[in-house]
Amino acid sequence: MKHDIQLMVNGDSYSLAIDPSRTLNQVLREDLNLTGTKLGCGSGDCGACTVIVDGRSVSSCLTLAVEVDGKEILTVEGLAPSGEKLHPIQEAFIEKGAIQCGFCTPGMELSAYHLLSQNPTPSEQEIREGLSGNLCRCTGYNKIVEAISVSADRMNRKPSKRKSR
Amino acid sequence: MNNYSVIGKDIPRVDGREKATGAAIYTDDIKLPGMLHGKLLRSPVPHARIRSIDVSKARRLPGVKCVITGEDTPKIKYGNWRLFPATQDEYPLAVDKVRFIGDEIAAVAAVDPDTAAEALELIVVDYEELPPVFDVLASVRKNASIIHETSPSNISVDRKIAYGDIKKGFAESDYVREDIFTVHPVSPAYLEPCSSLAQCDQDGRITLWTSTQTPYIVQCLLASTMGMRENDIRVIKPNVGGGFGGKMELRPWEFCAAFMAKLTGKPVKFTLTREEELTTGRRRHPMRLKSKVGFKKDGTLMAKDLHIYLDGGAYNAMGPTATFLCGNFGAMLYRYPNYRFIGQHVYTNKPPASAMRGFGAPQSLFAAESQMNMAAEELGIDPIDLRIKNAMVTGDTIPDVATISSCGFIESLEAVREMSNWKRNRKKNKKGYGIGIGCYSFISGGVFNWFNTQYPFSAAEVKVFSDGTAHLLTMASDIGQGANTVLKQILAEELGLKMEDIRLTAADTAMTPQADLGTWGSRVTLMAGNAIKDAARQIKDVLFGAVSSHFDLNVIFDLECKAGRIQATGKPERGMAFGEAVAMVQKTNRGIPVTAKGYYTPRGKGLVTPAFSFGAQVAEVDVDQETGVVQVKKMYTAHDCGTVINPMAVEGQLEGSIHMGLGYALSEELVMKDGKTLSNTFLDYKLPTAMDMPPGESVSIETYEPEGPMGAKEAGEGLASPTAPAIAEAVYNATGYRCKDLPITPEKILKK
Ligand code: FES
Ligand code: FES
Repeated sequence: MKHDIQLMVNGDSYSLAIDPSRTLNQVLREDLNLTGTKLGCGSGDCGACTVIVDGRSVSSCLTLAVEVDGKEILTVEGLAPSGEKLHPIQEAFIEKGAIQCGFCTPGMELSAYHLLSQNPTPSEQEIREGLSGNLCRCTGYNKIVEAISVSADRMNRKPSKRKSR
Repeated sequence: MNNYSVIGKDIPRVDGREKATGAAIYTDDIKLPGMLHGKLLRSPVPHARIRSIDVSKARRLPGVKCVITGEDTPKIKYGNWRLFPATQDEYPLAVDKVRFIGDEIAAVAAVDPDTAAEALELIVVDYEELPPVFDVLASVRKNASIIHETSPSNISVDRKIAYGDIKKGFAESDYVREDIFTVHPVSPAYLEPCSSLAQCDQDGRITLWTSTQTPYIVQCLLASTMGMRENDIRVIKPNVGGGFGGKMELRPWEFCAAFMAKLTGKPVKFTLTREEELTTGRRRHPMRLKSKVGFKKDGTLMAKDLHIYLDGGAYNAMGPTATFLCGNFGAMLYRYPNYRFIGQHVYTNKPPASAMRGFGAPQSLFAAESQMNMAAEELGIDPIDLRIKNAMVTGDTIPDVATISSCGFIESLEAVREMSNWKRNRKKNKKGYGIGIGCYSFISGGVFNWFNTQYPFSAAEVKVFSDGTAHLLTMASDIGQGANTVLKQILAEELGLKMEDIRLTAADTAMTPQADLGTWGSRVTLMAGNAIKDAARQIKDVLFGAVSSHFDLNVIFDLECKAGRIQATGKPERGMAFGEAVAMVQKTNRGIPVTAKGYYTPRGKGLVTPAFSFGAQVAEVDVDQETGVVQVKKMYTAHDCGTVINPMAVEGQLEGSIHMGLGYALSEELVMKDGKTLSNTFLDYKLPTAMDMPPGESVSIETYEPEGPMGAKEAGEGLASPTAPAIAEAVYNATGYRCKDLPITPEKILKK
């Protein structure tokens, strides 16, 4: 039996009829062709599939699509919606060498996004804790941590600068 | 000295933006109309004869389009060591026998992955189980069960290196010690599970998109196993989510995707699960290393006798190379006047081991460096002093193997001593605190042509255009390490162009010049870099000639490519824009485009590699006295990778290596029981997380490698080796527990 669901993904709304066993990861990647969200393990252990659902970070590989019916979902494709100007987190990842093979990157960026939305001025230790569910085999994490701390600074600086002018 | 404009700069990755936005395409992201999904049936038993396979039920399941077993295939064996066909011991799908839990037996292609999975359960295999062997020592016994009928014993490769006179060397030694070390299996654990997608065109030609480090090797071996011509196979490497050695062979799913695409006329895709990756995938060789070393009282190394059993698992895979290299690395770093190595690659009924970052060096150097530390203690000499006393230097030779053409090893040792405050911290008497050292040397690509390629080892094609741009085509494969960025940098520097002026087409066997052996053994920067330099030189010859003639320059003038211009060196007024020069050359040749092909094959460089990297690393640890838990506090690294082309990329390699070395030393292990790999998720197989990663300090010791492009050589793979012995020594320094059997666990520390 298919279920009718309504998803709001990166601001676009989709009506889908899906098998109840399908995961959010499958629906994003296969039905919506949003392949930026990766699948590294399928068991909730690597974080490559991380997306934001109603402001919470979730493993899309463990989340059934029917569970998120009617919810708002942010994937890596939605971080820089205009396609021109990147999100400060993305910019810092590129600039600081936080990307190598890039397979963990979408998940890392969304975990960072979630962390900074909860805690705009995290300490290094808090960043490391915030990333502890995301595995990276290439970078050794240090450049990712640095990128997040740089993007936090920039995101905090921007509005206050405007105020002071 | 050099005033490079692009080399030596922190140029961000050329693919950073597409990766940051999720736009980068990896194999599993590709979908083709009518595509089928494949799944593999794997053996549940470690060693058995296959009496029969019944696929009739599976074939009848609605949605199933194709089911194949070994019997349906041409039954042609393959293996990377084409130069020695006897080493090619693997069939894409099992024929008559299975040799490990996970051995591929049959494949299904269906309209969706669930149907394919369901069909697997309908396949009935009748096995006649054979006695398995799981342990190298059991496997080499006379009456052990034979794993490959074609090999009279389970020792599939025997390698000997000997020079000097070890008998005499030991006789003249004042101090001799012998130790046995064992090291465990670990997974490359690249984050992207393997995936392959094949399509067959109307003429029967195959296009294969695959997550590989070696498109050319896959092309050749796919052709031979399918009974096809090489040129009828096109292999394209999309973005690859890491490889670390684990993706450098033809794999059964590549064969099955192509073979089934041909049978069905539809595209077929296979993507492995993480469980398949961990329980059946390639891994770093477990080894048993018996090492005897002799020293004079003053610390002078006299002799070494090394015997290594490599636990190869069920097939050779890249084991023969690992067997050669662990022997070579047993004699690296220091001057061993008398050396003997015997390496034996042994079959067992376990998933095959193969290449993994370091390729035999991490195991061999764990033993060598640990023994160096033990000897230093007993000789009463500081471990760094003992190393400096015996260290290799530029110009040293390894008999029959190589000449070291650049070597910053002593400088590296001195640098880490400085950085880590070694002298003071070795004496520090804080409970649980320890400090230790480990070192490495590594190759910059291999010389020995085991693949028996008929092509140059690396090739590059450069086309230049009158709009001031260039197009670089190379089969070199970026698997995440940053090759595309570094290779573009080399061309940009050579032609005086900006990074954004260069278009790159890479790793497509039908479009990029033949050939490139792929990404392994840290060969890309040096080999593909040299091929690019060769092509660039030809382009420059042509452009320089035209500009020289145009300005009527005296023949003694030097010319240069600088800031988008071709000009007399240092005289911009006697020159023109790069594109203008291209246009001028084209005009004189009636429109013929300006292009060049460059090649590199190492020659006259011995048997192993054109260039060696060197380095030293110090680890500081804190060991909890109650729990035995080791916390690595800080890592200090000094490494000689020749000219640094991209410091940020090199640092990234270094930090990634430390991560992998940390896991090797402390947390990662494929736990085996009766041939079964029990660690089947990332919950059991513990990669270090961001919380475990220590801060580090590092310095690049710049040497100039004459054989490398701009003086560059290997960076980042050799560094997989020193971390484990450095941590092991630090743990010993802290607790008195001396690890001779990796990994280091709290239980072992508390039991000591
Ligand atoms: S794919 Fe979801 S956590 Fe790994
Ligand atoms: S960049 Fe490769 S896994 Fe993180």
